[in-house]
Amino acid sequence: MLKQFLIIFGFLALGELTVYITGIKLPSCIIGMVLLTAALKLKWVKLESVSKISKFLLDNLGFFFVPPGVALMLYFDLIKAELLPIIAATVISTVVVLIVSGHTHQLMRKLLKHKSDKNGVPEK
Amino acid sequence: MEFLKNNFFLLFITFAVFYGSKKLQQKTGLIILNPILITIAVLICYLLSLDIPYEEYSEAGKMIEFWLKPAVVALGVPLYRQLSSIKKQLLPLAVSSFAGCVAGIVSVVLSAYWFGASGQVAVSMASKSVTTPIAMEITNSLGGISSLTAVVVVFTGIFGAIFGFAVLKIGGVKNPISQSFAMGMAAHAVGTSRALEVGPHFGAYSSLGLTLNGIITAVFTPVILHWMGFV
Repeated sequence: MLKQFLIIFGFLALGELTVYITGIKLPSCIIGMVLLTAALKLKWVKLESVSKISKFLLDNLGFFFVPPGVALMLYFDLIKAELLPIIAATVISTVVVLIVSGHTHQLMRKLLKHKSDKNGVPEK
Repeated sequence: MEFLKNNFFLLFITFAVFYGSKKLQQKTGLIILNPILITIAVLICYLLSLDIPYEEYSEAGKMIEFWLKPAVVALGVPLYRQLSSIKKQLLPLAVSSFAGCVAGIVSVVLSAYWFGASGQVAVSMASKSVTTPIAMEITNSLGGISSLTAVVVVFTGIFGAIFGFAVLKIGGVKNPISQSFAMGMAAHAVGTSRALEVGPHFGAYSSLGLTLNGIITAVFTPVILHWMGFV
């Protein structure tokens, strides 16, 4: 398990280093994630070496954002003042994302059907 | 009662409420009983009723929040597992995730603004469709209110999980793969948990949606908001 921690924090540190050197406007953890994916693909890191810790971290992903959510109590006045725009915009935009990404994907699949679904069965 | 704000006691309460509400959700099967939402609400009531300022709680909370960044790095594992699936239909996935991402950012910022939100609130809502750690990082880098982002993200997830499939059916998206992908795109991990109930195969496409939207949103939110004149 120690090795698994080592790898995850190694890639996080690598992400931090990338941000520090390049000044890129991306979260260090996203860079770490992409670098980890690349390292797995290139077989520099074995899947077994990170599978346990990633299962632990991703199974509990929701729990980790409880404290930042509690910080909401500092912003009650702001939320109360803008409750309508916050709720309306969330609902409208969630529907927009569902419809736009769903329809675009469905349309693209139909257009490319002759290539990908030769047997008429949906690909896995 | 000094003990009621003891760091380890506060940590214990956080674990206990989350564990309890997760069990409750599993027992009742009600998506609306979201453990994240319930734990946040219970803790806020606890702190307010005992007059404990947030700063006292954040000492304990930091121990939990600390794991957000390593958890995002760990998302590289499911992403790697889905690489072959991504490669097989690279074009449809790339085009639809880009379209969904841009439509999401533009629509949430514009509609918030139209309904009278301040610039800072609108900016904090831009990344609402992606998983919380990524969304909060994006908001932080843009100078928004990341706590507000966390709340909007959870609200988006719960709304998407409950109404997502119905919206897709009414909206004419009939392909189940496209539906699952859209659930992950719009409602991140909470939407993905709903898609997983339909089947593991659908969950995979939904988690692909949440991963792709996470990356694209992280890259393009600053650019799009800059074009729109918000940052």
